[in-house]
Amino acid sequence: MPLQVMLFGRNGRKDSLAFENVRVLDPVHGIDEPLTVRVEGGVISALEPAGGSTEEGKVLAPAFVDPHVHLRTPGREDEEDMGSGTRAAAAGGYCAILAMPNTDPVVDSAAVLGALVEEATRVAEVPVGFLAAISKGQQGAELTEMIELEERGAAGFTDDGRPVVAPGLVRRALQYSAAAGRPIAVHCEEPTLSRGGHVHEGLVSAEIGFGGYPSVAESVMVGRDLALAAYEERPLHLLHLSARESVEELRRALEAGVPATAEATPHHLCLTDEAVRSLDPNVKMNPPLRAEEDRKALVEALRDGTIGAVATDHAPHARHEKEVPFEEAPFGVTGLETAFSALYTQLVEPGVVPLVTLLERLSAGPARIYGLEPPTIAVGAPANLVLLDLEAVWHVDEGGFKSKSANSWLLGSQLRGRVLQTVAAGKLVYSA
Amino acid sequence: MADVRPLLRSELLPPKTSARRHLISIADLAREDVERLLALSRTFARSLERDVKKLPTLRGRTVVNLFFEASTRTSSSFELAAKRLSADVMSVKSSGSAVEKGESLKDTLLTIGAYDPDVIVIRHAQIGAPHFAARFTDAHVVNAGDGKHQHPTQALLDLYTLDEELGGVDGLHVAIVGDVLHSRVARSNVQALVLMGARVTLVGPPPLIPRGIEAMGCQVSYDIRDIKEADVVYVLRMQRERMVEGANYVPSLREYTARWGVTPERLRPGQRVMHPGPMNRGVEIDPAVADAAESLVERQVRSGLVVRMAVLYDLLTQGPVEVKVAEIEEVA
Repeated sequence: MPLQVMLFGRNGRKDSLAFENVRVLDPVHGIDEPLTVRVEGGVISALEPAGGSTEEGKVLAPAFVDPHVHLRTPGREDEEDMGSGTRAAAAGGYCAILAMPNTDPVVDSAAVLGALVEEATRVAEVPVGFLAAISKGQQGAELTEMIELEERGAAGFTDDGRPVVAPGLVRRALQYSAAAGRPIAVHCEEPTLSRGGHVHEGLVSAEIGFGGYPSVAESVMVGRDLALAAYEERPLHLLHLSARESVEELRRALEAGVPATAEATPHHLCLTDEAVRSLDPNVKMNPPLRAEEDRKALVEALRDGTIGAVATDHAPHARHEKEVPFEEAPFGVTGLETAFSALYTQLVEPGVVPLVTLLERLSAGPARIYGLEPPTIAVGAPANLVLLDLEAVWHVDEGGFKSKSANSWLLGSQLRGRVLQTVAAGKLVYSA
Repeated sequence: MADVRPLLRSELLPPKTSARRHLISIADLAREDVERLLALSRTFARSLERDVKKLPTLRGRTVVNLFFEASTRTSSSFELAAKRLSADVMSVKSSGSAVEKGESLKDTLLTIGAYDPDVIVIRHAQIGAPHFAARFTDAHVVNAGDGKHQHPTQALLDLYTLDEELGGVDGLHVAIVGDVLHSRVARSNVQALVLMGARVTLVGPPPLIPRGIEAMGCQVSYDIRDIKEADVVYVLRMQRERMVEGANYVPSLREYTARWGVTPERLRPGQRVMHPGPMNRGVEIDPAVADAAESLVERQVRSGLVVRMAVLYDLLTQGPVEVKVAEIEEVA
């Protein structure tokens, strides 16, 4: 399905640009060579052999797609809005993002979705796709009018932020999605197992005394929902996996031919629950940071493609809501502007994941989950490009964000690799 | 004081490099820190034997007790400890304060901090509230209990009690019985006892023993009969108010008492029994055990005063303990 059917952004100028003598890395077409890339009227018009030496550390790649963003609009525009959220996406190298429906009101009707689509076409710097709720009000009881929502532009359906507790409702959603034509995405959390949990149940929670949120609270729901997807033979996307056991469930299902996809966040790929010893609310998220063996399992799954996408789960929160003791603080951290740099620093530089793999999981991987055209560098393709400087060193601080919120788990960190320019849908949307 | 040996320059420096010292977690203490505090507590215990119990040591200093949770023992002993040392004490409780009007912890701390207290003693239901106090004020912070995390002065007074009654902690076997999961006392005590060379066994119903707690250097048993092997049985309070409704940690208090209550029959003659209070007589501890001669419960309360004097004194004095002790003896 072409991008424009499900993505909505401010139409405007289509730029003509030239990226001369740059290392071009395109995982989709297997390109890794020095080229000059020309863009005419928003479309890639020419790929020419480089006419001179390339600049060390500069890489031009297909821009990124974030399948999991909380734009907080409508309802909490003090934390993020369409403009700030998409500017943050542009700064992070993204040419498309998918917004979650757990807003206030919930995106569970064509009216709410229609208003968002209209707003996106007015102000979104980067095209936005919208997921609609599986159940009305995300209450887990009644299905939304999925076909009408799909016609109004819904890219998929999810009750993200909370699990669909009743297995019967997951089954109905999977069944009905065959007619609505869009995938179902699930936040896997068994509430009676996660209740009272603030951090991963393990050595750190035992020592500090935080209520534990065990891995099994996720993996039993992963297992259950995969079984339902297998039974209904319908695509199922697993949001923000965190646990080794969940990865194992997914591997087994994929081997059995279940049409499942999955994503992992930069924070779960980089941090473990050791980080919560700081008691810093900026390392509190749902699902929680888990143990090193879980992190390793996620990295391995990302590398071998079992987990096909990096998703930021960008979750902005007002400063006063995070400036409280850990247990009182809401779950969630920002991530749009730091995803590439964090993963480059933590996984690519040490040689754990090849750069080309990371670029694929940030771009084509997430695009495919929702049937979007993978961004690519080819003549005739719309220009969705990110120019990276792998040598850049930057210090993450509160003042530097385009997002309205600064609840980043990376505050105070030094990262390597930075987005220099982003072209989304033919328009230069970010220049460092 | 003839045996006061000469001090090296390095010993004159405070044990922590930070300019402002806090007592937030036992995990921040080294063995020599604990030994210094216990020695200081003994000195204060002697000073309290005199007719005039007040020492002028902290005259002009301000101690704020900030209690967001109910407390009798801890708040009263901190208040008395500060008064015995001649500090100005202000006690703020959450009931009747702006906290009831929805004031955030940060704003309460900024308000208290504006009075430039030297020490803030804080008790709060949330883990990390003392770290907050350290971040938003310039005071030395003493953790008087933060959620399920830590209660370091309780652990220190328990060490002091064991030291006084049993002549030391090294090599002792202590069984901690009950609701470990919800207990900051258990966490602080495991760390403190292990640090000082004791062997610790946690005993209780499986859902109330956190998974992986053995990593703190203790053993775990679900069988109450195992307490017989210990030198000391430390009974935790069954924290009914912390039980999430329907969480089913134990089927009933009745079953808990039947299976894990500390009764005279489950103890061996001569075994010492401790409890941080307040006790639920007839639930986790049989009244006959609580009132027996082997019980150290009242002794623990008594220890609380001198240990908290030692903590306040230690935080507010930069100099070496021995020399300051001599000064105290002179003025008193």
